[in-house]
Amino acid sequence: MTDVAAPVTPPTRRGLFAGNALPVVIFLIFAIAPLFAAFNAEAYVLGLVTRVMIFAIAALALDLLIGYGALVSFGHAAFIGLGAYAVGILGSHGINDALISLPVALGVSAMFAFVTGIVCLRTKGVYFIMITLAFGQMAFFTASSLAPYGGDDGLTIRMRSTFAGFPILANDRALYYVTLACLLGAYLLCRSLVASRFGRVYRGARENALRMGTIGFEVYRFQLVAYVIAGALGGLSGFLLGNATEFVSPAYMSWQRSGELLIMVIFGGMGTLIGAIIGAAAFLLTEEWLAGVTEHWKVIFGPLLVLVAVFARGGLIGVAQKLRGLFRG
Amino acid sequence: MSTTLLIVQTLNGLQLGVLLFLIAAGLTLVFGVMDFINLAHGVQYMLGAYLAVMFYDLTGNFLFALILALGATLAFGLVLEFVVFRHLYDRDHLDQVIATFGIILFLNQGVKILWGASPLSLPMPEALSGSVVLMPGILYPVWRLVIIGSGLGVALILYLLVSHTRVGMLVRAGASNAPMVSALGVDIRRLFMIVFGFGTMLAGFAGIMIAPILSVEPGMGDGILILAFVVIVIGGIGSIRGAFLAALIIGLVDTLGRSFSVDVLRLFMAPSPARTVGPALASMLIYLLMAVVLYVRPAGLFPAKGR
Repeated sequence: MTDVAAPVTPPTRRGLFAGNALPVVIFLIFAIAPLFAAFNAEAYVLGLVTRVMIFAIAALALDLLIGYGALVSFGHAAFIGLGAYAVGILGSHGINDALISLPVALGVSAMFAFVTGIVCLRTKGVYFIMITLAFGQMAFFTASSLAPYGGDDGLTIRMRSTFAGFPILANDRALYYVTLACLLGAYLLCRSLVASRFGRVYRGARENALRMGTIGFEVYRFQLVAYVIAGALGGLSGFLLGNATEFVSPAYMSWQRSGELLIMVIFGGMGTLIGAIIGAAAFLLTEEWLAGVTEHWKVIFGPLLVLVAVFARGGLIGVAQKLRGLFRG
Repeated sequence: MSTTLLIVQTLNGLQLGVLLFLIAAGLTLVFGVMDFINLAHGVQYMLGAYLAVMFYDLTGNFLFALILALGATLAFGLVLEFVVFRHLYDRDHLDQVIATFGIILFLNQGVKILWGASPLSLPMPEALSGSVVLMPGILYPVWRLVIIGSGLGVALILYLLVSHTRVGMLVRAGASNAPMVSALGVDIRRLFMIVFGFGTMLAGFAGIMIAPILSVEPGMGDGILILAFVVIVIGGIGSIRGAFLAALIIGLVDTLGRSFSVDVLRLFMAPSPARTVGPALASMLIYLLMAVVLYVRPAGLFPAKGR
């Protein structure tokens, strides 16, 4: 039976991007960045890059949905919020151990993805975008009305998660490397998922759901599983974000945040996974840089996004491939 | 839950519904005819309000401000269409989302630079600033009635335009099958431009009309944009009739939900949890409604034919 899905071969890419060079380089950069940071403004650089990696996890999950399944979710920030609120709410009741809060963060976001996925996946295209937005808004307003946990103002997380009693995340550098490990794990998981038999059916459904259905796969289930995995990864990202910022508020789930996640994925290049990581880095670092240049950085950043949309098809990865094509003739 | 409050809130809901319709009408046409997701539609509404304030300061007359601001929003919409949007019509929805998101960032910050971050206000015309007695004991602001009236008027005009003129016929045809309309020799680009400009102007009109009772501030269009999307999705993308009904439903459900959720919950809950759950449920109500509608009818209540 495994042969059935085999003919759906992945699109082949040549050169640098076929191999593992780019991912290896990127993860190496992440691994040695703290060494360079040690020379100046260590806390600032560590904080910034940790943030980049946290959002890269969420962007990876989103790429799994939009790049490989054509499921454009406009409510992905909800999962980040759920993960962060799991840390915050448990923490306010004195439960700070990751052995409890991490499974809760993952479980709650996976559960939310499962329940909403059942409804959302009935719709297609634009309607899918809008219904995921609707569920994202519901999560947002629920969080805003959690009066015991700060409501609109959010909730301060008094201490970072411990692990079996040890405060391993208390140090910024430790948090950095834990985040890096999570990102690497998430990346490898998504990669093997996409290449697996499951992934071939899932990608096949993007190309032609009817055909996949006709040859005997219940596409809906495959999409639901992918949606739940992406949701859980979003929860992981939220768990880390809560720990990194030591704060959580409904703003983590706003629709603008969901839009930013979409932009990261498209900015980097959809359907490449590594593009999502590059996109998250490019987005957040550009934002940080422009915010340092002028208070009105959005006036520059906005038109930049327009230019990306109009000219940079396929995101940064796509542009890089095009440039390489030019040089090779 | 007194009758007086019910009547007043129903009128408020109607006013919100009419406002949403003004915004959603343009959005649903742009979406339906050009298959274009325009997140920047909300900032056009904001821009309408700001331009009205600016022209009011210049002329000191509400009517002049209204006319000038309408013209300016129309012109601005056409410029945006020419510079940005027309390059994105045949693109993926995601490219459109990024580009229009970028325009939101730009304009929200732009008005902050030009007019400052603090809220502005637009005085309403003297003659319409009072209240009328609707029934013994019920006073209602005239301006809100003016908004309801003008919204219904626009709805009527739109209905006549769309169902009884040649351009309207082309718009309807475009909503159900744009490539076919183009193949039959209609200049689809010009049609797009007309639809787009008109939609922008309606959003600007909504912003101008609401400016006297809301504060005019950066980001005021973001929340209403999402509501307008809810409206057009419930109504069925590309359908003016659907947008009209859905706008009224959403306006009423949202307003009445917010006023009465606690009271209704109290009927079968203890008062203290009711006070906590009520507001949360009220702000979720319309999204819940949208999820249910899409679950039952995945293409909305009145899908434009042929899609």
